[in-house]
Amino acid sequence: MTLTVNTATRPPSSPPRAARVRRGGPRAWATRAPLLPALVFLVAVTQLPFVATLVISLFDWNSLDPGARRVAWFENYATVVTDADLRASVVTTALLTTTVVLASVLLGLLLALLLDRSFRGRGFVRTLLITPFLLVPVSAALLWKHALYNPEYGLLNGAWTWIAGLFGDDTPTQPEWISDTPLLAVEAALIWQWTPFMMLILLAGLQSRPPEIMEAARLDGAGTWQTFRYLTLPHLRRYLELGILLGSIYIVQNFDAVFTVTSGGLGTANLPYTIYQTFYQAHEYGLASAAGVVVVIGTIVLATFALRVVSSLFTEEAGRS
Amino acid sequence: MTTATVTSAGTTTTAAASTGPAGAAVRRARRRSAGLGLLAWAAGIAFALPVAWMALTSLHSEPDAATNPPSLTAALTLDGYRAFFDSGGGTGPWPALINSATASLVSTLLVLCLALPAAYALSIRPVRKWTDVMFFFLSTKMLPVVAGLLPVYLFAKNAGLLDNIWLLVILYTSMNLPIAVWMLQSFLADVPVSIIEAAQVDGAGLPTVLTRIVAPIAGPGIAATVLICFIFSWNEMLFARVLTGVTAQTAPVFLTGFVTSQGLFLAQLCAASVVVSLPVLAAGFAAQDKLVQGLSLGAVK
Repeated sequence: MTLTVNTATRPPSSPPRAARVRRGGPRAWATRAPLLPALVFLVAVTQLPFVATLVISLFDWNSLDPGARRVAWFENYATVVTDADLRASVVTTALLTTTVVLASVLLGLLLALLLDRSFRGRGFVRTLLITPFLLVPVSAALLWKHALYNPEYGLLNGAWTWIAGLFGDDTPTQPEWISDTPLLAVEAALIWQWTPFMMLILLAGLQSRPPEIMEAARLDGAGTWQTFRYLTLPHLRRYLELGILLGSIYIVQNFDAVFTVTSGGLGTANLPYTIYQTFYQAHEYGLASAAGVVVVIGTIVLATFALRVVSSLFTEEAGRS
Repeated sequence: MTTATVTSAGTTTTAAASTGPAGAAVRRARRRSAGLGLLAWAAGIAFALPVAWMALTSLHSEPDAATNPPSLTAALTLDGYRAFFDSGGGTGPWPALINSATASLVSTLLVLCLALPAAYALSIRPVRKWTDVMFFFLSTKMLPVVAGLLPVYLFAKNAGLLDNIWLLVILYTSMNLPIAVWMLQSFLADVPVSIIEAAQVDGAGLPTVLTRIVAPIAGPGIAATVLICFIFSWNEMLFARVLTGVTAQTAPVFLTGFVTSQGLFLAQLCAASVVVSLPVLAAGFAAQDKLVQGLSLGAVK
């Protein structure tokens, strides 16, 4: 009988001492400790309400009739999908977001290209261009609604009267911006506010182009359009993605402009406004919560892409430094 | 012999050659450059025009403000501002402005207290899996505000915290915390770890490291973070409108209650908008350089 002792095997639960990482050691906790207050606070104030929203969305609950509250499982979600008003507000949200984001990206790109070259007063022009973004959003919306769009004394109609007066027409027909094109009116106000945001991001992208490569292309005889199409645009792609995704996330949640310019009327109600209305005015808590969850799901899709873009820019910055 | 100098945009200017076909090309390039510069100026003026118009209208009297076509040369007066400061039932906008200032400043201070240690733990002495933590912070920012609005309202109603400015302070802190953590992480990451290690080898304790090494390098970035958090808190309207009434009303909510359907009010409204926007405009201009970094959550430098 021979005994063989296999000295090469070790029990799986205790790896060799040298390689063991002390995960629970005091050193590790000292490093983690500064992080905890922020994490705990954030989880408490953001995640808990969301869980509560999920729970409430499963109820049929109108606060004006609390006795009739009952568990309705997924009825509210069915309503969100089938109710004409809610469906319309989903469409409006998508339309509003897409138009505003695309228009402000294009406009922002043009402005960034203009600002990329040096000229006299460049810093001042940049300050002028970011002013719309720095106004309080409600102020900006009120400015557009009353000082610009108003048919009686707004600037746009006033300018139109002045121009028509130059051609001898003293009482031209005044266009009614908000009544005739309500969604466009809201979109114009938002585009005005968000173009500077896109411009700043794209300008940073343009200024981070490696100058040697641009110089080499120019020396090789590449024209402006060729340089733009084959060198600048590919480099800008990540910045464009970042601008589009971040802008979309902010604009999907936009409430101030819709609330102020049209009060959600004339077909401009987007999801945040509809949810606010459902909860604050109609007191339908369950339905509002279900709509809120739908918005979150949509935003998660956007956010996944955004996180990927941010992470790739992140790792590039880390790799560069 | 021509000398070529490369400007930041890659256009070349040449000295000495001003005649012949080379000179013509140079003149064309210079004219095009000047033309594009003018175009940039036109764009800047076009974008700032509504704001300038708002400021001008706020300085007109009510009848002058409501003319069609607009009167650019009407007499300037402070009537709009006077009416604004007299409004709101005699106390004027001061309660609302003070509420906004309280909510913004206190929440920014809280954010700083929470985010600075967190950013330190994510940059200078990073925990393992710090990227995961960063993305968790970011994901909370991407959750729409409307999704959490109702439970917060119910909690506030049951806890008797409605119309209370401190509830807004807590909410704004949670709103700005992810942004602050991301921004501060990118600014603190600029501090070279080798210098900190050298200082620690020389016997410097944590306070010394913080005040003598980290603060000077990351100082401007921290200042920009403070300004941006202040701006976002001041601008916020949805939570403020739902959760406050009369006592804790903030400036943006006050502004929305301002529009009357009787009589002329445009000059007063413009004056109100100017006054309410002034703090954030000032903060935004002060933080201008770091604005991109803040807006893109530190992804773009």
